[in-house]
Amino acid sequence: MNPSTLPNNKQIIIERQNFQRLLDVLKNQGYQLRGPTVREGAIVYDEINLVKDLPEGWTDVQDKASYRLQKRDDKALFGYVVGPHSWKKFLHPPVLKLWEAKRCEDGFEIKEKVAFTPQYAFIGVRSCELHAIAIQDKVFIEGPYVDTTYKNRREKIFVVAINCGEAGETCFCTSMNTGPQVSFGFDLALTEVIQPDRHYFVVMIGSAKGHDVIKEIPHTKASNQEISIAQSKVEQAREEMGRTMDTSDIKNLLYRNHDHTQWDKVAERCLSCGNCTMVCPTCFCTTVEDVTDLTGEETTRVRKWDSCFTMDFSYLHGGSVRTSVKSRYRQWMTHKLATWIDQFDTSGCVGCGRCISWCPVGIDITEEVAIIQEDKAKEKNDENA
Amino acid sequence: MNPKPKLAVWKFASCDGCQLTLLDCEDELLAIAEEIEIAHFPEASRAVMEGPYDLSLVEGSITTPHDAERIQEVRRCSKFLVTIGACATAGGIQALRNFQDVEEFIRIVYAHPKYISTLEKSTAISEHIKVDFELRGCPISKEQLVEVISAFLNGRKPNTPTHSVCMECKLQGTVCVMVAHGTPCLGPITHAGCGAICPAYNRGCYGCFGPKETPNVASLSHWWNQLGVEREDILRALRTFNAEAEPFRKESDNYEA
Ligand code: SF4
Ligand code: SF4
Ligand code: SF4
Repeated sequence: MNPSTLPNNKQIIIERQNFQRLLDVLKNQGYQLRGPTVREGAIVYDEINLVKDLPEGWTDVQDKASYRLQKRDDKALFGYVVGPHSWKKFLHPPVLKLWEAKRCEDGFEIKEKVAFTPQYAFIGVRSCELHAIAIQDKVFIEGPYVDTTYKNRREKIFVVAINCGEAGETCFCTSMNTGPQVSFGFDLALTEVIQPDRHYFVVMIGSAKGHDVIKEIPHTKASNQEISIAQSKVEQAREEMGRTMDTSDIKNLLYRNHDHTQWDKVAERCLSCGNCTMVCPTCFCTTVEDVTDLTGEETTRVRKWDSCFTMDFSYLHGGSVRTSVKSRYRQWMTHKLATWIDQFDTSGCVGCGRCISWCPVGIDITEEVAIIQEDKAKEKNDENA
Repeated sequence: MNPKPKLAVWKFASCDGCQLTLLDCEDELLAIAEEIEIAHFPEASRAVMEGPYDLSLVEGSITTPHDAERIQEVRRCSKFLVTIGACATAGGIQALRNFQDVEEFIRIVYAHPKYISTLEKSTAISEHIKVDFELRGCPISKEQLVEVISAFLNGRKPNTPTHSVCMECKLQGTVCVMVAHGTPCLGPITHAGCGAICPAYNRGCYGCFGPKETPNVASLSHWWNQLGVEREDILRALRTFNAEAEPFRKESDNYEA
């Protein structure tokens, strides 16, 4: 919803000491809160209830195949970028029981499914993540085949977005036009500001739901100065962006370079472990398993996240189509950055950098693109020579 | 009603842990016994029914000339034969002898070496006979064993994915110990099935389930090296329960000496 169409499109201020109130109001409205929290040496998304569940005073330092938590010298609640989890795990669950059936005289009977749809409030959604959700909306809701689990969950969410005040070493949202400024898809969008004597949030209201929540939290109208401080934070993130990707002509570049030697080189390093697809907030593929019990009287159909890096993924009658790791990496990257555009009218990459940080051997999608691009530049020079 | 299919459990060189997994099934064991006749399972009962058997579970590796003959017998009396565990599928921990001089061991260990009849190598069952299905693990997972038996009884393919352990980490939301803590982990080249237990307890994967499909062992060991793991430690990590599995053996050879 466009905030400007709302009666109250002014930005407001919530002081840090009133932040718990925001969580309480959302809980009272029946939302289950999901947000960042420190676990196993990382900031993951999980159930939260209190401000103290948030990663106060922590940041993440990321690079190829490396992620480390570090103490900040302030008490920021959202002073990190993105971690190993994405909101996809709530909207598109990793493992989902689809139905159960029982054998009967003339075949089998599907047991009545009690469809329970949790109502989530997501706390601390980044701009790139909103873009990722919008991409999954296209896949799951806007096409001819609607995924009802996703749709039902998606329709109920309350989004508390956060503008990035710092960018990570593996981030490249500016290249993908997906951030760092939150621009749509939120109920409330926050910018965290920490000054020597004051800690507050500049809040933009994005929906009527957001407006109803704000009414119950102590707030003041934001001054022009406060708004411009918030704006400068986002500008800082934009300038700090750790990586870039040149996306001009990217679709045709990859189509033209199906036989590029770089695919062989990356295949020497790629483990076909599937981590990149699992952490990617837009990857949506699943597999389905039917599990009978020992008696063969009952069966369950379970859906699980799958990856184009497995052999089973391309298994057709008689064998797998993509037996080489080269063909699997090429499939992943070409789909993500090129065929996705033909299929869904958008790139499949939002530049969040997760696949770079969480690839166990540090394969970097921006580097792979750049290498293929370099050769294009060389080709041009050769032509001109 | 058709007679129940007959199950046999066989033991070769092994620790018995995988067979015990069957006894360990507790809740499911009665249901299994309802559906299948436990016809030959010396570990559980001395009562032995004659073959042929519809389903044979084979534990252990082949290490003696006698066993090399016995496995042929087992094949002859089994309609569907499943090997269970790292010993049966890859030669087991005892395959470490394959990298040494067995004669020398025998001389050192036994007072009367002439009574010892052993093969130079410990080998997987599939090196000797045709195997219908291999269930990995050291030990195997109870859930996977029940799944394989259910699948057999219902004439379907078992759901035992051959992809990496990493996928199991990610499905359950475990934070990667290699990326987030710098802990060396064999998960990216290891066959799924354990449920990624070790990473969930902040340990690197030990590779109990052996190599996954299309494993890139060289790339991972190279990365371990960059993480600061010594060459001899890489060698040791690759030479455990699945040392003789070809992708592990090949790469470990590169780290010898
Ligand atoms: S491809 Fe990589 S950088 Fe792009 S959205 Fe997926 S995980 Fe993020
Ligand atoms: S690119 Fe990295 S994360 Fe993706 S499959 Fe290859 S090794 Fe695994
Ligand atoms: S902890 Fe090990 S198995 Fe799990 S994702 Fe990381 S490398 Fe893979």
